[in-house]
Amino acid sequence: MAVILRLRLDPTACTGHGLCADLLPERISLDEWGFPIISGDVPPRLAAHARRAVRACPVLALRLARAAEQPRPRQARHRERGG
Amino acid sequence: MAGPPNGGPQLSRSPGRAATAALRLTIGWAQARRPSRLAEHHARYGPLPAGRRAAATLADAVTAAGLTGRGGAGFPTGAKLRSVASGRGPAVVVANGMESEPASRKDQALLARVPHLVLDGAVLAAGAVGADTVHVCVDRARAGQAAAIRAAVEERERASPDPVRILVHELPRRYVSSEETALVSWLNGGEARPRATPPRPFERGVGRRPTMVGNVETLAHLALIGRYGPDWFREAGDSDAPGTMLVTVAGAAADRGVHEVEGGTRVGDVLALSGAAGGAVLIGGYFGTWHSVPQVAGRPLTAAGLRPAGGSPGAGVLYVLPDGCCGLAATARILRYLAQQGAQQCGPCMFGLPAIAADFEQLAAARPQAGLLARLDRRLGVIPGRGACRHPDGAVRMAASALAAFAGDVRSHAAGHACAAAARRGPQPDGLPVPVPGPDGGWR
Repeated sequence: MAVILRLRLDPTACTGHGLCADLLPERISLDEWGFPIISGDVPPRLAAHARRAVRACPVLALRLARAAEQPRPRQARHRERGG
Repeated sequence: MAGPPNGGPQLSRSPGRAATAALRLTIGWAQARRPSRLAEHHARYGPLPAGRRAAATLADAVTAAGLTGRGGAGFPTGAKLRSVASGRGPAVVVANGMESEPASRKDQALLARVPHLVLDGAVLAAGAVGADTVHVCVDRARAGQAAAIRAAVEERERASPDPVRILVHELPRRYVSSEETALVSWLNGGEARPRATPPRPFERGVGRRPTMVGNVETLAHLALIGRYGPDWFREAGDSDAPGTMLVTVAGAAADRGVHEVEGGTRVGDVLALSGAAGGAVLIGGYFGTWHSVPQVAGRPLTAAGLRPAGGSPGAGVLYVLPDGCCGLAATARILRYLAQQGAQQCGPCMFGLPAIAADFEQLAAARPQAGLLARLDRRLGVIPGRGACRHPDGAVRMAASALAAFAGDVRSHAAGHACAAAARRGPQPDGLPVPVPGPDGGWR
């Protein structure tokens, strides 16, 4: 069975080196400030490129997981603020 | 369950103020000059239900009551209690009294008058989730607040000790420090900055334990549900928004400040109740949305009622823009504040929010660079959803709503013609509470 992978970025770790976008332009672009914008999951044909992008990140901000590992619904990401 | 005891919080409705005067949390506030003492509190609300049965049935009662979080997210409290209770090992309860929304006063007002109601709710929640510790988190810049709550805790210890330990903490003042992962991070010895999720605090929070973070108003309602039950709770409000809610009205209103209204009260009724006079309103605080008053007045101040208009009640804050003031200038000031108040840890927020604040400053001044609106539109599209917390999302939502609500002004300002208000020299008399950043107290 083809495994679909999902790119997960830790935005607090990312410092915008931008190597990932060079190595996986099919899924990662950079905004005007040089920070990655991830678009969509990684199909098997791009898996090797995605792994290379993950390995290249100097601050270990990018990782790959199975897409099925991330079913966290939007509502569970609720913010609780003090008003 | 039993109804309210004699003299308890019978739903009081004063005639002539339809659907706006059910007092539960705010009974006696008009006369209150100090926090109510434990004896007064018990005389008003009755004793706190104790014992294993009360703890075992609380999550069910809260679910049946339909209580939702009053810190801004509106998450169902019963579901949260169940999630924390089903986690591994002993749990922790955090009462969130940070109230970092500059225009909001409800949590401060609540803690200043009925601290025992909040503490009751926290103690009941602790029983329901299996917690042995309650952490009460407040803003250290608010003089006297923590001391007053500590006095209430000591009063309880002298009278009849709670089955849990209650600790009061003073955290740094930052807009994002009231976010639940920021509280957990600080309580764990770190900085009061939001953390990337998962894990959410209900999974792994303080001391890696399942942690129930509840806004202090939510806990106060929970304390009443624990006493009087879900049917009583639903006697106020409507099926979509049961119970009452605290709102804070700021800006152009004769009776600014905290009001208690029934769930489902229309925006127009809240504005009328507070004597508001202005054509535009920012609903939900600085993460909220701008609306023209005529277009939103008939909508209930609830998540379901405001959703079609792209809004949400947030923590119940309404800022009324005075007529003759410029909504774009107000938005620019809020954006500059939000840009400064970020956690400075995620790129799209660190760089994106100052960029859109600068764009709005240009727009407000009617001195647009070429392509300003197209650039702003692109930036608003690219920033959300990419931070560890929702700070950038909230700021962008507010900015986008300003472009829609003040569309006419946007067109003329973008063409280089400032509205009369923006063209006036000096600061706008808009009464917008934008705190001036004090000395950087750090994140710890």
